[in-house]
Amino acid sequence: MSDNGFKSGSNLEKVLKAGHFAFTGECGPPKGANLKHLNEKMSPLRGVVDAINVTDNQTAVVRMSSKAASALMVQAGLEPNFQMVCRDRNRIAMQSDILGAYALGIRNMLCLSGDHQKFGNHPEAKNVYDLDSMQLIALVKQMRDEGKFLNGEDIDEPPRMFIGAASNPFAEPTDFRVYRLANKIDAGADFIQTQCIYNMPRFREFMKRAVDMGLAERAYILAGVTPMKSAGMAKYMAKFVPGMDVPAELIKRLEGAGKGKMAEEGIKFAIEQIEEFKEMEGVAGVHFMAIEWEHKVPEIAERAGMLPRPKVD
Amino acid sequence: MIVADRKPLEEIQEMIAPYNNIMLVGCKGCVTVCNAGGLKEVQILASTLRIARKKEGRPIQIQERIIERQCDPEYVEQLRDTCDQFDAVLSMACGVGPQFLSAAYPNQRFFPTVNTTFMGGATQHGIWEERCAGCGNCITHWFDGMCPIARCSKSLQHGPCGGSNHGKCEVSKDIECVWDLIVRKKTEQGRLDDLRKYWAAKDWRTARDGGPRKSVREELVK
Repeated sequence: MSDNGFKSGSNLEKVLKAGHFAFTGECGPPKGANLKHLNEKMSPLRGVVDAINVTDNQTAVVRMSSKAASALMVQAGLEPNFQMVCRDRNRIAMQSDILGAYALGIRNMLCLSGDHQKFGNHPEAKNVYDLDSMQLIALVKQMRDEGKFLNGEDIDEPPRMFIGAASNPFAEPTDFRVYRLANKIDAGADFIQTQCIYNMPRFREFMKRAVDMGLAERAYILAGVTPMKSAGMAKYMAKFVPGMDVPAELIKRLEGAGKGKMAEEGIKFAIEQIEEFKEMEGVAGVHFMAIEWEHKVPEIAERAGMLPRPKVD
Repeated sequence: MIVADRKPLEEIQEMIAPYNNIMLVGCKGCVTVCNAGGLKEVQILASTLRIARKKEGRPIQIQERIIERQCDPEYVEQLRDTCDQFDAVLSMACGVGPQFLSAAYPNQRFFPTVNTTFMGGATQHGIWEERCAGCGNCITHWFDGMCPIARCSKSLQHGPCGGSNHGKCEVSKDIECVWDLIVRKKTEQGRLDDLRKYWAAKDWRTARDGGPRKSVREELVK
């Protein structure tokens, strides 16, 4: 197979392999079949990011399928990072969707456990969790590298995905998190996107451990950034989102900016973070999750010096 | 053991609304231990139902019975003399009870009065917790005597997920994160390296996913 040394040949893989500092975005598909809405969310990201994560029924709220929305992105000439959670599919559906996604031109995949359905709009649902995220990573790798299904049967034209996984450096038990990251890389993750980072000292410590363990040489680690829109958002995240570490100083800083200026202060903080990540050992890029703020991404990318995005052939 | 909770009174009242002469059968097995369907609970439920119906002006006759185990045809047979004399029979056993009763007495109608919840045990007086999912292939030794299949809300074999919060599961503050417990125990015992292992996808055929299960012990089959 001629692959020019690439695992999938996705734009994201090429950018990272060429040593560029990657910049990925995120797009939640619409709560409906509204193509116009999806286009509105993804078009500001054109030329601004290297790949766009397409969330898979995030927070267990039913939305347009991540595979379909990813395929629509491919059609529109954008590069998706197709998210797949273990909550809603068994191994049969997973493998089938991976093949389908590849056939539709999708080349990046992020393997996740998925939020429990309790948080969503169908809490009555039965969940699946046939495989967990670690096993999903290993499955995509086996399908790609060995050309075999989970049962060992040969695949006619294996799906060649660039395999992503998530890491939350702040969730408890925190000491174990770097080992879980190592496990995901062992299982086959090519790149990692972290949970939103707000506590920089703790993230520096986490990255130091990851670098010391040699993990940053084995996978591309993209630091997660979500700009705070207000002190209220920061307080909410600090209080209600498990595994989110929002330092009190950041809340104070946002409040200090005063009414009407908090969003700008949040953006400033995000830009400062990106500047630091560019220099931080082991960080290969930034995963920018502008939740329902996609239209702001071009301006923030510009100000953070992330534009223009590299073109790698 | 199997743990059960009594159904809400209104639901039971609605089930028996058409009947005036019923039997309420308890079980001396698990439901006695978990205080859901033993003799005491039979007596309380029967009295409550009688009082309620009397108030409505439609008194009901309720025969109170208890047998050793409703999951054993031998004991179920003990109801042979009276079972068909009633308009209906209520079982206070787990979900197995009404089914064994139905099989033994095909002409009678049976109603459950408890909701069977899980396999577990009492962690303190009055509190029961789930411990086993009956997956048919025990792996608790991998996790220092704890089962993530039964006790992790996502049945993760490679936890903990990002939702582990102060030792609790993201799903509820009332659920311990079993993965937090596993990591803690391994850390305390200096065996965290155990958790660097990869566990292959589980074969769920031995679980309920393989269809209803049957256990045959040849040496015992007559």
